[in-house]
Amino acid sequence: MKHYVFQRLIYMFFVFWLVSVVTFVIIQLPPGDYLSTYISRLEQAGEELSEEEAANLRRQYGLDQPLFARYLKWIGQVLQGEFGFSFDWQKPIKDIIGERLALTFTIAILSTIFTFAVAIPIGIYSATHQYSVGDYVVSIIGFIGLAIPNFMLALIMLYIAWKNYGLNLTGLFSPEYLDAPWDMAKVGDLLLHLPIPVIVNGTAGTAGLIRVMRGTLLDELNKQYVITARSKGVGEVKLLFKYPVRVALNPIVSGLAWLFPSLISAGTITAWVLGLPTAGPMLVRALITQDTFLSATLLMFVTILTVIGTTVSDILLVVVDPRIRMERAAS
Amino acid sequence: MLRRLDRRRTKANQQSDRIDEGYYLASQWQLIWRKFRRHRLAMLSAIVIIFLYSLAVFAEFYSVNDYHKRHVKYAKAPPHTVRFIDEEGNFHLNPFIYDMTQKLDMETLKRLYTEDRSKRYPIRFFVRGEPYKLLGLIDTDIHLMGVDEPAVFFPFGTDELGRDLFSRTMHAARISLSIGFLGMVTSFVLGCLIGGVSGYFGGSVDIIVQRVIEFLVSIPHIPLIMALSAAFPPEWSSTQVYFGITVVLASVSWPPLARAVRGKLLELREADFVMAARISNMGDMEIIVKHLLPSFASFLIVVLSLAVPGMILAETALSFLQIGIRPPAVSWGVLLQDAQNIRSLSQSPWLLIPGLFVIATVLSFNFLGDGLRDAADPYKQ
Repeated sequence: MKHYVFQRLIYMFFVFWLVSVVTFVIIQLPPGDYLSTYISRLEQAGEELSEEEAANLRRQYGLDQPLFARYLKWIGQVLQGEFGFSFDWQKPIKDIIGERLALTFTIAILSTIFTFAVAIPIGIYSATHQYSVGDYVVSIIGFIGLAIPNFMLALIMLYIAWKNYGLNLTGLFSPEYLDAPWDMAKVGDLLLHLPIPVIVNGTAGTAGLIRVMRGTLLDELNKQYVITARSKGVGEVKLLFKYPVRVALNPIVSGLAWLFPSLISAGTITAWVLGLPTAGPMLVRALITQDTFLSATLLMFVTILTVIGTTVSDILLVVVDPRIRMERAAS
Repeated sequence: MLRRLDRRRTKANQQSDRIDEGYYLASQWQLIWRKFRRHRLAMLSAIVIIFLYSLAVFAEFYSVNDYHKRHVKYAKAPPHTVRFIDEEGNFHLNPFIYDMTQKLDMETLKRLYTEDRSKRYPIRFFVRGEPYKLLGLIDTDIHLMGVDEPAVFFPFGTDELGRDLFSRTMHAARISLSIGFLGMVTSFVLGCLIGGVSGYFGGSVDIIVQRVIEFLVSIPHIPLIMALSAAFPPEWSSTQVYFGITVVLASVSWPPLARAVRGKLLELREADFVMAARISNMGDMEIIVKHLLPSFASFLIVVLSLAVPGMILAETALSFLQIGIRPPAVSWGVLLQDAQNIRSLSQSPWLLIPGLFVIATVLSFNFLGDGLRDAADPYKQ
């Protein structure tokens, strides 16, 4: 077990390195570099830059060196916590992304919990009541949840809250609490705003999980051991929860690994519509304004958060399912 | 197994002998088609999908007005109510509309529209209007619907600039639906190639490809797609952006496909029926063509039909965030940009109509994929 966790962590750090390479490539991708943008901005502001000064700047930022050297320099700075400067915000990047990443992570985790809390009971219900009215209703709602683009669902929910209750639920805090220190009232305000992002993010995954849960549980319920248990007089509830449900939970736990990236993905767009102070809208804005360092840093951190989530879910899976533990140990 | 056979026999006995014989003689594809036809929801979805694609192909024919034209008199007009019963309570077989007149509310600065009930404008079908080229080849000017001048017909209302949302939705179907299809084909080629190589060679190639795929899957898709498509130079033409987005979508979505292809290949290689064919001295080529390809093709069709909606949703999201298709080109996502905040939504909720088309498309592809999966599964009755 310890060995496996250790192995998984090593792999995680290897992936972190790959992420940094991809991030660096993306920084280099747009035509022209950030310095030429910077120089043209200076020129627009009326400052003249001679050839020599431009070359000096170029050397200062290390742009005259080969790609490989620039990567080493960049990664060295990143490891020291220096991610560069955001032109758009006129602030060092490390000062502006911390809180946003924390909120992104929080919402993703809450959405995961929501997805599980809703999908598992409903999946069990629709498997035990196959082809009943409830089963059909749940399936249809699930499919619609799958088909509505997240941002549209967010828009519709905002519209309903505004139309019926006169509430403007965009953002995570009402304006009066935005800069207020943390107290009970602010937490209460946050709790009022959290459900919409969590529900909107959760629905797409929920639909998929319900179907997986229903499918595996149905397969399991048709197996011989269930019939044997029933013929021996085991009660229906005990019969259901003793083994079939536990077996059916397995693919769901392993699904955590892909659920998490998709939640972060979906969260990006929802957050834009809902005006949440998370990494998503900041990334969109950085991409539109071509604030390359900010967007690349955000992309890197969002990916790293995802990889951490995936690693945790992998380790969880081994804890939950002894069979996998044996398999992994053998290999 | 026995029970399954039994069930099949009783079922077969209930049908006439001729059908019975047909069942046992049917080829694999005929069997799939039979099972698919029984899946009503999937059949309905197939029809809906064909209909939606026909909207895209014959967009000019379906549109009522020129989709770029700005009708200043009708900015932000709600959809016309199509009526059968007039003011006096008389029933008309031919549906009609009333013309709308705009009034500006001086206090709220909102545009208010009132129907002018004095004159009916019956909706005419197959009318002559703007000339266009059908399929880009045939010159014609016949449109599905239209009304007499001076009224203008807006089945879905208009946007802020007074452009006809109905015609725009029809034209947007072109980009939205074709990007899903093109992206799918591209990622299909990539996925089959890489997955095939990985499964065929095995060993260290396989391990490397699998690790790369694992890595790519762990990057959240939407932010990655956003970063890539934001890197398109601003001077690119609509067509270039269109293909750029297709390539980006495909390059992000091939990994799961490649993994599925490899898994299926490995599974099939070890399958009993392949072993049986080999023992009975069938050549490699014959095994591939007769046994592997058919089992594989049905599997691929299922995977592909389930991959299209993801692409369409991704394109819609990108365009919605203004980093996808750029106006004046229209896709459903571009149209939904107008509905980005509560204010415009509460004033003109009809701007969400293109979203209904997205939902219909995604739902249909999902049901179709489900139906195909059930039909292609030989163990399912």
